[in-house]
Amino acid sequence: MALLEIKNMVVEFPGRHGVFTSVKDVSLDVAEGEILGLVGESGAGKSTVGNAVLNLLQAPGRLAAGEVWLNGERIDQLSQSKFRSIRGKRISMIFQDPMTSLNPIETIEYQLVETILTHLDVSKKEAEQRAIDLLDQVGIPDPATRIKQYPHQFSGGMRQRVVIALALSVEPELIIADEPTTALDVTIQAQILELIKDLCKSRNLGVILVTHDMGVIAETADRVAVMYKGELIEVGDSDQVLRAPKEEYTKSLIAAVPPSNKKIHRFPKVALTDSDGSALQDFDLKGHWLAAGDVHDATQGTLLDVKNLSKRFLVQNAFLERNRRYVDAIKSVSFDVKAGETFGLVGESGSGKSTVARVLTGIHPATSGEMIFDGKDLTGKSGKSEAAAARGDIQMVFQDPYSSLNGRMKIGSIVAEPMVVNNLTSNKEERDDIVADLLELVGLGKDAARKFPHEFSGGQRQRISIARALATRPRFLICDEPTSALDVSIQAQILNLLKDLQEELNLTLLFISHDLPVIRQMCDRVGVMQFGELMEVAETEAIFEAPQVAYTQQLVSQMPKFSK
Amino acid sequence: MLSYIVKRALQSVLVLLAVGLVAFSMFRFVGDPVENMLGQERTNADIERLRESLGLNDPFLVQYWDFLVGAVQGDVGVSFRQGRPALELIMERAPATLELALVSAIFAMVLGIVLGIYTAINRKGPITNFILSTSLIGVSLPTFLIGILLIYIFAVELKWLPSFGRGETVDLGWWSTGLLTWSGIKSLILPSITLGLYQMTLIMRLVRSEMSEVLRQDYIRFARARGLSERAINFRHAVKNTLIPVITVAGLQIGSIIAFAIITETVFQWPGVGLLFIDSVQFVDIPVMASYLMLISVMFVGINFLVDMLYLAIDPRLRDGKGS
Repeated sequence: MALLEIKNMVVEFPGRHGVFTSVKDVSLDVAEGEILGLVGESGAGKSTVGNAVLNLLQAPGRLAAGEVWLNGERIDQLSQSKFRSIRGKRISMIFQDPMTSLNPIETIEYQLVETILTHLDVSKKEAEQRAIDLLDQVGIPDPATRIKQYPHQFSGGMRQRVVIALALSVEPELIIADEPTTALDVTIQAQILELIKDLCKSRNLGVILVTHDMGVIAETADRVAVMYKGELIEVGDSDQVLRAPKEEYTKSLIAAVPPSNKKIHRFPKVALTDSDGSALQDFDLKGHWLAAGDVHDATQGTLLDVKNLSKRFLVQNAFLERNRRYVDAIKSVSFDVKAGETFGLVGESGSGKSTVARVLTGIHPATSGEMIFDGKDLTGKSGKSEAAAARGDIQMVFQDPYSSLNGRMKIGSIVAEPMVVNNLTSNKEERDDIVADLLELVGLGKDAARKFPHEFSGGQRQRISIARALATRPRFLICDEPTSALDVSIQAQILNLLKDLQEELNLTLLFISHDLPVIRQMCDRVGVMQFGELMEVAETEAIFEAPQVAYTQQLVSQMPKFSK
Repeated sequence: MLSYIVKRALQSVLVLLAVGLVAFSMFRFVGDPVENMLGQERTNADIERLRESLGLNDPFLVQYWDFLVGAVQGDVGVSFRQGRPALELIMERAPATLELALVSAIFAMVLGIVLGIYTAINRKGPITNFILSTSLIGVSLPTFLIGILLIYIFAVELKWLPSFGRGETVDLGWWSTGLLTWSGIKSLILPSITLGLYQMTLIMRLVRSEMSEVLRQDYIRFARARGLSERAINFRHAVKNTLIPVITVAGLQIGSIIAFAIITETVFQWPGVGLLFIDSVQFVDIPVMASYLMLISVMFVGINFLVDMLYLAIDPRLRDGKGS
């Protein structure tokens, strides 16, 4: 008998415009000691399944049909108060973001003891001892001291361990982990996944691992269920589903995942049943005004030369110099980018890779060092106008397509703004033509100019960001994690678009990412950063096949392997 | 930590000095106190002599300096109107105002927080709708109108409560209180509701929106997923997080309760410092006005200082020196 059985689950969200069915007739089961991977893109309903099992659907969502059986007992019809004895005690949940899933103003001990006392009939002393043991089991050093601390005194990985300790505190039979490592760095992710796997086997737990990351599934799950638009597409053993998928959707989804083991020319186009088809059409860039520009001569050699660049931020101000505290975000970094190549910067959060982009674009001034772009000084030391002129050739695409577009401006004005600011066009008609052209180029169509950002999906918004960045006909495009907020099939489209643009326009790219497989697909050369220092610069294949520095070796070995 | 406290204390002193400076620069436009002080048979020489002896011919910066030097020694001058030390006058009247402010602050805080939490937890329903729509009255009607309405209903029509004055007071030597007699308490009810109604609705709406925000946080969802009871989630986890931002606003509001007592005191003929201030303005009694303004700003600054310290006590994230 399965530990958890979901039979024909239907979840509905009634709204003003009719009822939205987010889970359609899904049947799943999990056995003891088994990790079931639940995978799909955003909007697939995979998190909703987890929430529905625990009766935690956000209002007005409701379980419209179907049954949930836990160990032979039907639980979907229990009253709220009876259900509370299941939550945390028999089924636990781990959320995505460890930074927000703990109450910031109570100690770890308070939260653990509270949970234990809610479910178990033990004394406060016993509960405290149990809490310390739990922290020890999830690998937190010196648990007796650390348990007295507050969540903000823990790092992201340590907090996720605390969250896991909380989820395990009353020995549940089943854990639902909703994207447990998505907010974590790759080295921490490997540790947390290892911990979940260990706990699953040693305690004979059932685990539902909800994720969008195929690499994580490949490394962790015993069986995989693939969901798309609320429907269960395919269920099977991990090996079978990932290597020999039966269904069309699974095939196209897996094709879109950047392989970690080899470089491919382009991602196969994913023919999803009803994605925004406009994005997929080919666009002939040859003979286009963007490609025809005279500045895009195929200059060889170095385009950007960075020498001993440093950036120091003031963290705590004080009256006396000795009491001030600084953090060195970049420590004497030197590298060069050749014209026409894609240079990658990779590193974990806090490694300073985004700060490099911000200093290059002038968002933050450099503390010391040189930046020479095509012979022009970017630091502003030899004249502000020289730096400003050079910066017209440098544009940036930001990570979050939701916050990087002004929600109160029409797309047309957003894309035209760089031209207005830099006085590149003489009149509005000319601008409108260029905007229409750019929107065609990124696959949105010129009608998009009259719409507002909220009318577009994440992937479409990132296309708008790219169109805006191209409006000044830049030679150098900085992409700071351009796809990390996007689904894998959309990511494939955006990465293909960037590759096309680069080939046709002879663009030079600085591509910043924490995602090693993506770096491998995109970059010619890669720099690896850690704690603000550039550890290693080498050809991409060399980084992946024969990393020289210990940190790079660790990084590459811990990336979730997903090979086809 | 210590440097943070010292820094805040120094900032407070600076604020006080600035308030005094603004006050003194404005006194010149209020009128000439000498007009009222001398009788009909004054001569120009009399006026000149009086002006000189009161120091009114000095530039306002010098007047301000003299006031400060006196204030440090505990002497804020003698009232032009009554010929008694200004500090004594104010201290005589202060208990009435402070009692009124205290009662209405408690009324505003307790009712505001309780109703705010109630309407946040029960987001829909007839009671919530009723509370929210009546609270609009508290925000939109001016204080004096509410006071007059309350007097009309409870004092004139129903004759339940007195319409003016403090009622009987008990003299404790240094403090005269109305809280110990039945008539004193009855007299307090209408003015303190009038004074606190606006702050009450403000705090209620703030608590409601803050708490609705907190209830959407991940740690609340996680607490629910751990099987904690709704009671524990709402009152142990959500309320404490809600109150952190509320404290700041509530602190400021208590300050303004004392400051805005002037209007309520006028409507209810409450013998407090606000009424004294209004009389002093009419007579251009500079020492009393200056002392009153300084007293109010000392209270404002003091309350804000306390709020900052409370913040440190409640929020562990600030204790590590990150927030300062």
